[in-house]
Amino acid sequence: MTQSVVVQVGQCGNQVGCRFWDLALREHAAVNKKGIYDEALSSFFRNVDTRSGDNGPDIYKGKICSLKARALLIDMEEGVVNEILQGPLRDVFDSKQLITDVSGSGNNWAVGHKIYGCQYRENIVEKLRKTAEHCDCLQCFFIIHSMGGGTGSGLGTFVLNLLEEEFPEVYRFVTSVYPSGEDDVITSPYNSVLAMKELNEHADCVLPIENESLFEIVNKIHQMINSGKLGSTVKQNSLVTSSAGSAKTLQEKPFDAMNNIVANLLLNLTSSARFEGSLNMDLNEISMNLVPFPRLHYLVSSLTPLYTLADVNVPSRRLDQMFSDAFSRDHQLIQADPKHSLYLACALLVRGNVQVSDLRRNIERLKPSLHFVSWNQEGWKTGLCSVPPVGHSHSLLALANNTCVKPTFIELKDRFMKLYKKKAHLHHYLQIDGMEQSCFSEAVSSLSDLIEEYNELDATKGGPRIDPSRLKIAV
Amino acid sequence: MSIVTVQLGQCGNQIGQEVFSALCSDIRGTHGLCSKKENESYQGSCKERFFCEEESAVPVARAVLVDMEPKVISQTLSMAARSGHWKYSSHSHFCQKQGSGNNWANGYSVHGPRHKEAIMNLVQKEAEKCDRLGGFFTIMSMAGGTGSGLGAFVTQCLRDAFPTSFILNHVVWPYGTGEVIVQNYNSVLTLSHLYHSSDALLVHENDVIHKICAQLMNIKQISFRDVNQVIAHQLGSVFQPTHTAGGGSGYSRNPLGDLMETLVPHPEFRMLGLRNIPQMPESSLPYSTFSWPGLIKHLRQMLIANAPMEEGIDWQVRPPHPSSIPSTNKPLHFNTSIANLVILRGKDVHGVDLGSFQDPSLYTSWLNPQDAFNAWKTPRAFNKYEKSAALVSNSQFLLKPLDSIVGKAWNMFASKAYLHQYTKFGIQEEDFLDCFTTLEQVISSYTNL
Repeated sequence: MTQSVVVQVGQCGNQVGCRFWDLALREHAAVNKKGIYDEALSSFFRNVDTRSGDNGPDIYKGKICSLKARALLIDMEEGVVNEILQGPLRDVFDSKQLITDVSGSGNNWAVGHKIYGCQYRENIVEKLRKTAEHCDCLQCFFIIHSMGGGTGSGLGTFVLNLLEEEFPEVYRFVTSVYPSGEDDVITSPYNSVLAMKELNEHADCVLPIENESLFEIVNKIHQMINSGKLGSTVKQNSLVTSSAGSAKTLQEKPFDAMNNIVANLLLNLTSSARFEGSLNMDLNEISMNLVPFPRLHYLVSSLTPLYTLADVNVPSRRLDQMFSDAFSRDHQLIQADPKHSLYLACALLVRGNVQVSDLRRNIERLKPSLHFVSWNQEGWKTGLCSVPPVGHSHSLLALANNTCVKPTFIELKDRFMKLYKKKAHLHHYLQIDGMEQSCFSEAVSSLSDLIEEYNELDATKGGPRIDPSRLKIAV
Repeated sequence: MSIVTVQLGQCGNQIGQEVFSALCSDIRGTHGLCSKKENESYQGSCKERFFCEEESAVPVARAVLVDMEPKVISQTLSMAARSGHWKYSSHSHFCQKQGSGNNWANGYSVHGPRHKEAIMNLVQKEAEKCDRLGGFFTIMSMAGGTGSGLGAFVTQCLRDAFPTSFILNHVVWPYGTGEVIVQNYNSVLTLSHLYHSSDALLVHENDVIHKICAQLMNIKQISFRDVNQVIAHQLGSVFQPTHTAGGGSGYSRNPLGDLMETLVPHPEFRMLGLRNIPQMPESSLPYSTFSWPGLIKHLRQMLIANAPMEEGIDWQVRPPHPSSIPSTNKPLHFNTSIANLVILRGKDVHGVDLGSFQDPSLYTSWLNPQDAFNAWKTPRAFNKYEKSAALVSNSQFLLKPLDSIVGKAWNMFASKAYLHQYTKFGIQEEDFLDCFTTLEQVISSYTNL
């Protein structure tokens, strides 16, 4: 069994990360009734003997003593991390996993990447090494950050670079929260485009998330609950947005519901690697199957169902509805419509009481309405994990490598150009040591190239299918 | 003679466990429908072939379990032990932590050489436990990374270490509409490599077995366990002991050797398909009766029309008329055979007329029909079926699926998609081209029968 380490950077990264750890504990508590430290738990948690203090040795088998998250919490201001450490999760992190500063990055990518990057490089490397040493077989780093700010964006991508240098064999999965059009941070387009270049070059897989989509999902759930249309009550802990049953008992903050969705995404993504199933789908398989060309590694994700009703027997018809929903616009975690764009590849990770025939039936049913690129007409990767998420009898995570990310990137580039043409706020960046005009032009050029690659693929959509001729053998 | 089974990857291990389970429950069953002496001889022969009687009360499977991640093997071991009737040896498995990531190159070029010694040590130990080693039976899928890539590597190692032993690879072909996106690449790489080191490839296609589950077994929500159990039943019907035609009164002592001799007369033609009749849910068995003529007739038509099961057979397909112009005018859907083997188990086997299978028009012209067709029989019924017949065929059964896989892989290769994932582990474009060439050759050979 392999281990993964979560690196949460910046305010957004840490808030999402906090929800992730909370829900992970909840999930494992639901599955692991005997309190034995097993392989599934070890993928994200260490078991430490704290009787002799925080520096106790790791316990690899046997009863759970004290679980510590395999995580690194990085933030250049103290507020968020301090809150975590005073909250119910304080025992899950030890002080050696934190890197904080006081003044923040002022929403400036250059401050995060160049100044703090340089300053904290040694510290970060050392802490990463320590975390890696505690792992028997480290497979993947998960980075959680936002693109629009300064720390998550700048320092986060600096860490990404570091990971590639220091741990080249370990996969790097990045969950990035992209800014929306009405983002109140004026310089978010600069920060995002500068960060994009790093993601293009150093990440194995990127899962872009947009706050707008998360917000719409949260609203949709509220409407459903309050409209009384459901007839029976909704199971509280099944809501993809809820923290019910987890350690958090204080009043939920506004972003908590949205962050829970992202946390659930990460849990579902890693479920097949942690739990058993009849067709396992590990993280290295996700990268292998969904990334046909090295730079096209942006995956659109969708989670269903969003909630379960309290009555237990879900008939088969509802199961098929789950598959249909995964492809609808409403369930995507970015503002995109994969159904009307071109699929390069698609992965379906099913959890719970679903069998291969259900999977096949739904693929057959949905395939005709989806457009796949000509050389990957049967481009489906499937996984079956027997353990469902908390509160559900089954669930589905769909990951699509689809050209529908293109509009998001084009919009980002447009917003960038609006500012850049006028050289607005540029001096804040250029005055930082190590930043030059060329950083900007290279970054936007990298983004343009990416958009162009998607354009070329889109151009093949709907055209006549000409299969290349096969090798001829002399008879 | 004993057969050592090597289970590779998730698929290989899941199927392997079902196979041993089926073999064990068959010999323990009381529906043998034959004399006590016959039954005891059958049991003894099966045990010698597949199990080892160690000090433990329960027979131990002669198997080596290999996987690059631990979850499946631990499940397999515990399921076997839980049955209470057989188990795996606790020292015969090898696993790692990371898996192969569905990457053939990872399985073949990285895991293979790295773990060669450890794996071959386990195989050597199992081989030494056999009084007489009859050969190796490997179980793998070709869509993933471990079964396919590491499996191809291990097969090569087996060939190098045991040059005179028979190696039969059981290969599972994935569903056509994708289980793994790069499955066609992995399949092309696997098949071409196996062709060079294995003696024969015995193939099961998931699509075909799925149909059997849906239409014959009436299973509503088909799971991989159901699929694997059907595969195990079909394999059991081939590998359980039988009397060969030439042999004396005892059970055949060299099953793999006999299989190769009858079915693989030419090294270019190594792909074997498997059909079984009848196939039905266990609950229906007490209500069904069969006659040998009926079963044989259906089986023959399944061969000729390339039907996967006894329902939905196209009865219009007929062998070409002997006096018509040969080969180029063969009716389009007709399945030409090189060699066939029919295995009959159960009541009244000895009187069965198999003449229809010896019709020369079923076969290519370059073998005598007497040599091209063989039959093995035993009066001992298999797995509660009063009468059952299996067909192992070296024919054009797999031509269309193979062609389809190679076509899709070529299509993807032309766009260079995913190639960077393979080149980073050492499999280059030229290697792919070699594999394509090998398989186009195989396709061409089978087409021109």
